[in-house]
Amino acid sequence: MKAPRFAYARPASVAETLALLDRHKDDARVLAGGQSLVPMLNFRVAAPRVLVDINRIAALSGIRVTKTHVRIGALTRHVELERSPDVAKHLPLVAAAMPHIAHPAIRNRGTFGGSCALADPAAELPACALALEATFVIAGKKGERRVAAEDFFKGLYATALKPGELLVAAEFPLPKPGSKSAFGELARRQGDYAMVGIAAHRSTKLRAAFFGVGDRPEVIEADTVEGVLSKVETLAPRADLHASAAMKLHLAKVLAGRVLKELA
Amino acid sequence: MSGFDETTKTLNFDAPNSYVGRSVTRPNARRLAQGRGQFVDDIVLPRMVHVAYLRSPHAHARIVAVKSKKAAAMPGVVRIVTGAEIAMVVKPYVGVLTHLQGMRSPPQYPLAVDVARWQGEPVVAVVAESRAQAEDAAEAVEVDYEELPAALDAERALDPSEPKIHKEFDSNLCFTRTVDTGNVDAVMRAAHLVVEDTIHFGRHTGVTMEPRAILADYNRADESMTVYHCGQSPHMVQGIVASRLSLDEHRVRIVARDVGGSFGIKIHTYGDEIAACALSLMLNRPVKFTADRYESFLSDIHARDHRVRAKLAVDREGNMLALEIDDLTGVGPYSMFPRSSGVECNQILNLTGGPYKHKEYRAKGTVVFQNKNMMCQYRAVGHPIAIAVAEHMVEQAAAKLGIDAAEMRKKNLIPDDAYPCKSPSGMRFEALSHHACIDKLLGLMDYDQLRREQAELRNKGVYRGIGLSSFIEVTNPSPMFYGVGGARIAAQDGCTIKLDANGSIIAATGVTEQGQGTETIMAQIAATALGVEMSCVKVLTGDTDKVPYGGGTWASRAAGIGGEAVLQASLALKRNILEVGAVILKTSAAELDIADGKVVKKGTEQGLTLAELARICYYRGNELPVDFQPELVVTRHYRVKDYAFVFSNGAQGCHLEVDTETGFVRLLKMWCVDDCGRVINPKLVDEQARGGIVQGIGGALYEHCLYDDRGQLLNATMADYLVPMAAEMPDIVCAHVQTPTKTSVLGAKGAGEAGTGGAPGAIMNAVNDALRPLGAKVTQQPITPEVVLRALGKVK
Amino acid sequence: MNAPVETVEIELTVNGERVKRSVPARMSLADFLRTELELTGTHLGCEHGVCGACTVRVDGEIVRGCLMFAVQADGCKVDTVEGLSESREIEELQSAFVLTNALQCGFCTPGILIAAQSLLRDIPNPSREQIREYLSGNYCRCTGYQAIVDAIEAVAKARAGRAR
Repeated sequence: MKAPRFAYARPASVAETLALLDRHKDDARVLAGGQSLVPMLNFRVAAPRVLVDINRIAALSGIRVTKTHVRIGALTRHVELERSPDVAKHLPLVAAAMPHIAHPAIRNRGTFGGSCALADPAAELPACALALEATFVIAGKKGERRVAAEDFFKGLYATALKPGELLVAAEFPLPKPGSKSAFGELARRQGDYAMVGIAAHRSTKLRAAFFGVGDRPEVIEADTVEGVLSKVETLAPRADLHASAAMKLHLAKVLAGRVLKELA
Repeated sequence: MSGFDETTKTLNFDAPNSYVGRSVTRPNARRLAQGRGQFVDDIVLPRMVHVAYLRSPHAHARIVAVKSKKAAAMPGVVRIVTGAEIAMVVKPYVGVLTHLQGMRSPPQYPLAVDVARWQGEPVVAVVAESRAQAEDAAEAVEVDYEELPAALDAERALDPSEPKIHKEFDSNLCFTRTVDTGNVDAVMRAAHLVVEDTIHFGRHTGVTMEPRAILADYNRADESMTVYHCGQSPHMVQGIVASRLSLDEHRVRIVARDVGGSFGIKIHTYGDEIAACALSLMLNRPVKFTADRYESFLSDIHARDHRVRAKLAVDREGNMLALEIDDLTGVGPYSMFPRSSGVECNQILNLTGGPYKHKEYRAKGTVVFQNKNMMCQYRAVGHPIAIAVAEHMVEQAAAKLGIDAAEMRKKNLIPDDAYPCKSPSGMRFEALSHHACIDKLLGLMDYDQLRREQAELRNKGVYRGIGLSSFIEVTNPSPMFYGVGGARIAAQDGCTIKLDANGSIIAATGVTEQGQGTETIMAQIAATALGVEMSCVKVLTGDTDKVPYGGGTWASRAAGIGGEAVLQASLALKRNILEVGAVILKTSAAELDIADGKVVKKGTEQGLTLAELARICYYRGNELPVDFQPELVVTRHYRVKDYAFVFSNGAQGCHLEVDTETGFVRLLKMWCVDDCGRVINPKLVDEQARGGIVQGIGGALYEHCLYDDRGQLLNATMADYLVPMAAEMPDIVCAHVQTPTKTSVLGAKGAGEAGTGGAPGAIMNAVNDALRPLGAKVTQQPITPEVVLRALGKVK
Repeated sequence: MNAPVETVEIELTVNGERVKRSVPARMSLADFLRTELELTGTHLGCEHGVCGACTVRVDGEIVRGCLMFAVQADGCKVDTVEGLSESREIEELQSAFVLTNALQCGFCTPGILIAAQSLLRDIPNPSREQIREYLSGNYCRCTGYQAIVDAIEAVAKARAGRAR
């Protein structure tokens, strides 16, 4: 399981990255944490001719708290989120999700942006972004644009990122006072992709983002816990190797009951 | 250290300086902990090349054409070889044991020739300067296949309408056998209660940490081949490489250094490994093959794919009267060479119900070919299924009669004083300790307290389960296992031991080490028998050039058989040393002993060190009488004569909690009481039990090779095939009962497989115990959350 | 800006020694250590980041050697089991592992030792559950994990005892 041959570039800036992506188009892929991309290369299910390593672009990293937002640079490693007092204070939902994401060695390299750009339907961070109504900041040839989380995740490994674009950050609105969040997932083993998971946030409304239940995370929004629970039936999960569709729906209901209790 | 009693033929293992029975640490663990092991993939030889295999993407397909010109021109490529070309230098092999009557399997070649018969069968070999380049070229090889209908359902395998895998046979039947005491139907008709169930066991595999690896080095100049191999049976492999490649056996050397886990996976003959040897022969240079994890899943042997229908008849008091099983198993398209894919089924027929008193038994076994990966022996061969089936039926019957599960065992286990005796299937037991083990187990578990807690928690809607399993385990096999069936697999073993020139002891043994501690316990035995410190004993294993012809390690034979050969050789060497000592000290050998590395007059400290004695023998022979020649190198062999197998026995317990809303099973604690005869190193035995139990947990709850209806393995990655990881595993309490076997002086039985054999039965019983008040039952493994919820009717 | 290249010159520190090599971009850090530097203590068990046998330390943090390309370690400080043995940094863990028989075949052991050392840095007084959770990304087929937990727990207690 050796990776196929590729040409390697290590740009020093976002501008250089965009230029490389523009020159090589479909032949190029961005290498961030590599924790999902490199296995694909090793299995030879992906064979980009050019790998653009963005790991040394300092501008893409970092957690910044402003008056209105917490801005997480796309290259921020999971472990940085895990250890960040700002995240613990302002984004407790993200903090709660962190221990469920794979394992320490993976979290030391994997990035927030990589997880969101890959959009695995069973991943935790896309669900958190949805629940917390984050906005993704995307850089392209024509400049920066912003896409709300609910418009970002399109389908199985599909996002609003267009060819040649680079995810540079996500902006999470600072939670309103009195808001609360709750997180839970069911996985066969610690760190596995979730069979079913919920990232929920109660502010003016209650937003429960379900993951592992379809080809992308799904939000159920209501005023009350009962309101969310009554709509869980509308999820249309797809079977995977470890659970039938009926099983996933059942687990979604059970997990919702347990997790959302905390937000009553 | 007092000596061997010639009259009683016993050794006092409890003497103060005895290492036997002590939990000494493993001398070879230190270098492994520093990353200084030498695994096959670590070895580099001059001009070494690498092979990657293009494997069949289809379960069953004709190979129409292979186009490799483009690939052959790619960077680093040395040679591209098809199955037909390999078949010209490798004699085919047939994985049949003649004592499994009627078993059949067609000749098999290392790579597919004309037809590929399982997804993952190697089809084309690509040799290149690096593995990466070989893989690049393999991608560029084009193979035209014509897909053929595949036989994928064992239940239908013998239907005339099913695709027949081998034209030369009249059906997909590989082997069938029936055991019948003759009176089962009558007893069942008259019985107070007959319980029936059908249990499915999911196909799973070994997932050794170190994937299979081989480095074959043929030297045309002297027509010799050296093979660095990760296998358990170097001499067996020597014979196979020599005979299949038409080489002189004494010019073939097999070296097994550090092996990263095997558990039986690396004891079989794999086409990709034999092909690597053939390629070295063809290219006259070293060829290395290291399976990657993906091809490991596709081609390492699978195991334990069985459907068992079982019936148990009991009387009003719960006494077991008759047991019947019908076992169906779907293996690969061939029976694996040389140990055959019939042994797992045969063991199930032989062993189910073995611990119990019932007299009537009927067992039918059917082994069918399938277009799925090959299947063969994997740790505890057949036992996990045999034990789980019997233990399930026992607890089902107990529950129906309102008898406590532990009471049911005590009622029905063969009494500890009933030996020697025979099982209804013909297994001869020398001396077992089922009752002593279960009594000890129940004490360790604080069984009554667990039951009380369970009842209290049930009232609060918390469902805990307690499950037991009593088991027998095959160890120390005689030639009845393989040799009698025509396989060139040694059941005897040998040890050559010497007192070296500087006074150290070198013991070469035919059994091998894969991390269980073989080298350590051999050193313990030799040091004990000779009266020296363990630190001056060096043990050599795993090199056919250096050790006596032996069987290697499998079927838990290393301690009992290898250990006895070491013991006998050590005692013989001691006699020779004392003869020398007698001559030097001018006394009789009977007056002498060896203590702390010194030959001394009994009861005194007078004498000379082994180093001094050796110096005289090796360098100053002039000081010895002219008519006396010291022999400081001794070889002894041992084989089990009195029994087909020396059975061990034990009992396991499992305590778990079932989340009845999610179906998740949480293991709280497990226990194992094992009687493996004389325990040489208690810590190592415990750790074999723990590791084995966790492997059993894997099969019971997590591991399953999932095939789709086209014969594609769906979960050939570590992310999708679930092996037990640390966070979900319980602590496991281990204890021993010791009933030394009288078939040897050492008295040791094997201990490596009992953990894996007994665990799935205890776990399934515990889950069913938890679910019983809810009227639900599981009868398949792995017991996934969905299996539990379907049993509860919560998911349809 | 330079065009993307297949072969890259890298310079890094491995086990305290400066190393300069020209490597294929596609060569993993694990393969680089094993084949270029002949440090074979780092093992390959799956090459997709799940088993943990290839765990090494890069700039002080544990990573999967199979999921990083050697070129990405350019300018970094890499520690393997050989270096940590030589410097005696993990000696206490190694002794504990030998004592509790926390290794059998030894194939997973270098990865587990390096992960354990990281665990004890992050959580100096871990409970058994915390040890199991931290090691949940390291597969061991031989031991069943209990002896490994025992060894790490013992070292944690010993270090805590000395700290007082």
